Amino acid sequence: MRHGKYPFIIGFLAVPVALYAIFVVGAYLQMFRLSLTDWSGYGTFKDIGFDNFVKLWNDEVIWTALRHNGFLLLVMPIVTIAIALLFAFLLNVGGGSKGGMTRGVWGSKIYRVVFFFPQLLALALVAVIFQRVYGPDKSGMINGLLPDSWEPWLFLADEKWALTCILIVLIWQAVGFYVVLFSAGMGSIGQEIYEAAALDGASRITLFFKITLPLLWGNIQVAWIYLGIAAFDAFALVNIMTVNQGGPNNSTQVLSMQIYLNAFKYSQAGYASAIGVVLFFLALSFAWLTLRVTRSDSVEA
Amino acid sequence: MSDITKSELDRRSLLRRAAAVGLAATPAVGMLSACVGSGSDEKKDQATGTKSADNPLGIDPKAPVEIVIFDGGLGTKYATDVDTPMYKKKWAESEVKYTATEQIATTIKPRLNAGNAPDMINNSGADMMDFGAIVKAGQAADLTDLFAAPSFDIPGKTVGETLVPGAIEQGTYDVDGGRKPFAVNYSFTVFGMYYNKKLFDKNNWTVPTTWADFTALCDKIKAAGIVPFAYAGANASYYMVRAIMTSAAKIGTEQVLKDLDNLKPGAWQAPAIKQAAEAWGQIGVKYMNKSFLGLRHTEVQLQQNQDKVAFYPCGSWLENEQAASITPNFEYAVAPYPSVTTSDQLPATAINAAAGEIYFASTKGTNVQGGKEYLRVMLSKAAALEFTKLTKSLTVVAGAADGQTISPGLTSGNDMLSKAGKDVFMGYLWDTWYKKMNDASLEAVNALMFNGGDAQKFCDTMEKVAQDVAKDSSISKNTRA
Repeated sequence: MRHGKYPFIIGFLAVPVALYAIFVVGAYLQMFRLSLTDWSGYGTFKDIGFDNFVKLWNDEVIWTALRHNGFLLLVMPIVTIAIALLFAFLLNVGGGSKGGMTRGVWGSKIYRVVFFFPQLLALALVAVIFQRVYGPDKSGMINGLLPDSWEPWLFLADEKWALTCILIVLIWQAVGFYVVLFSAGMGSIGQEIYEAAALDGASRITLFFKITLPLLWGNIQVAWIYLGIAAFDAFALVNIMTVNQGGPNNSTQVLSMQIYLNAFKYSQAGYASAIGVVLFFLALSFAWLTLRVTRSDSVEA
Repeated sequence: MSDITKSELDRRSLLRRAAAVGLAATPAVGMLSACVGSGSDEKKDQATGTKSADNPLGIDPKAPVEIVIFDGGLGTKYATDVDTPMYKKKWAESEVKYTATEQIATTIKPRLNAGNAPDMINNSGADMMDFGAIVKAGQAADLTDLFAAPSFDIPGKTVGETLVPGAIEQGTYDVDGGRKPFAVNYSFTVFGMYYNKKLFDKNNWTVPTTWADFTALCDKIKAAGIVPFAYAGANASYYMVRAIMTSAAKIGTEQVLKDLDNLKPGAWQAPAIKQAAEAWGQIGVKYMNKSFLGLRHTEVQLQQNQDKVAFYPCGSWLENEQAASITPNFEYAVAPYPSVTTSDQLPATAINAAAGEIYFASTKGTNVQGGKEYLRVMLSKAAALEFTKLTKSLTVVAGAADGQTISPGLTSGNDMLSKAGKDVFMGYLWDTWYKKMNDASLEAVNALMFNGGDAQKFCDTMEKVAQDVAKDSSISKNTRA
């Protein structure tokens, strides 16, 4: 058994590692290299040191985009996790216990499937659907449901609310996946713990805060990091849904959109790479910070 | 406890799956650099032949030529059924390798950078490449010899002499050796306000020529419960920019627009620009509600097709684009933008008409001269006429479609063109030269039209953007005479 271990592991890992090295690590290395050049995306380039980063520091639109990513980063994970936890709890434990078994609210099996639906749709499809949901005149789905005498809501055409509209779609799309993730987590919490707590007369709310939440901490931590990375992205929705790709008046501009515009529309691939480098470090430090800050609170399940 | 979660999705396998998703969800920015080329600049071996009266571009009659056509609004039939057979008729031994794609940049950019590009490329569509950057990278061939060569089927004239004024200039760029033409902008678009002629006839509405007539008519249309003038702010603000630019040129001649193209300091503060922005800003304030800011081209088009919108600013491709959607009660016609002031320097009939749809020969092909020869075929009168018949778009080949009745909108556009006579101007190029400025103008025009019509703010915003572009050494500059 022992001498067969290494060939087995190497055989198993060689392909994934090679793919990862070429398509992820290799691409990142190229990006780092390009961020120090003036490459347009066509033909040759020359080195310009850190000029791209200086330009980036002075670029107002980048700062606007960064603020918007920050907003998404603060709000999206917390709201998504809160909703997903609530739903998962209701689906698994919310129905109280019967015959010593905790169970979900009535119809929980159907809800579980329904909540997962958005996850099955391609993000581009979701964006196109919500474009119509948010239609700014009477033909829009939400506006069509409002009374005729009301002025239509502008949604994505309103500078103040456009980013919130995007945020809602991001959350709507993500919740189903985390409901399933947390449900699985709850499934691994021992039945006897719930039983004991129920015998002690714990209410459903107490059950949630004293038992479910601490024992799910590892899952929540993971969810937080994934959602944070998603908040740094948001590209597909902004690209497809918003007024003039990031408008009106840059009110939905995000870093990933700036990378796309600079790389493919403004022919400034070097500059776009510099933004990519910044985004890389932001995402990395976010993940590191999250793990650090939340580590001490975890309870071993 | 649910049996689904317990038996099939235990926590560990779910985390494993989540990890796989997380890997894919890492921002995909790394991929962007995956298409870096070798950056080699060495000359490729080119197929060439001997120049003669019959072979003015000196192509190798036996060498194959590879062409790529954008498969979009114009279709590909004009290439497969007209241009290629014409080319093959003359050069029977030369094989034409043809591909059509909707994704020009995705498929062609890596080949340009790797140095094995097709010989003739149609750069168009949502995924089109930044042509200025291609020229700067030396990937587009100088077309001076093509325009100086004799026309394919108009005796006694060079190719250049058969084209409408401004057609060559639109594909001309500043390079190290001076200003040279690098692109054939093949289709010819007439810009104006499109409307339903039948709706106007029914209501006895006449097309306005002065601004006072225009606003009076707008009041009448509004009273009839129809939006008098609208554009789609979400993805077609470009047309509104063009409307303002056209009005500015009519107030103060095309020189106003040339100054913008040349990034002349203060050009956006010129009185003509401000007057035009002021006048249009008021149209926005009075006649358009804010929902149009969030609507798309197709959505506003649908409203016009249903007679809910009267005037729509657009180019002559509109009719073909909407051919399947309009009812027999709808007949496209087009009117010039009315004069803004009584002292406009150009007459009310003056219009903006510009060449578009880039075709270029690539230096990274193996048969560049063959690619140019293919372009010479396209620029023949016969091919141009067939193109217009197939696509309902005029071409830059002057008068190729004269005397043809093809469609009401096209006839109306042609009519407007002949009434304008010498007062047809090419317009501006800053939107294609400086993409960043173009994007900024889309935002600025939306702010002007939907946020109270502040013309001074529009001018200030654009002036700042223009000067930022002028100062940015990473953006290659072009000039216009």
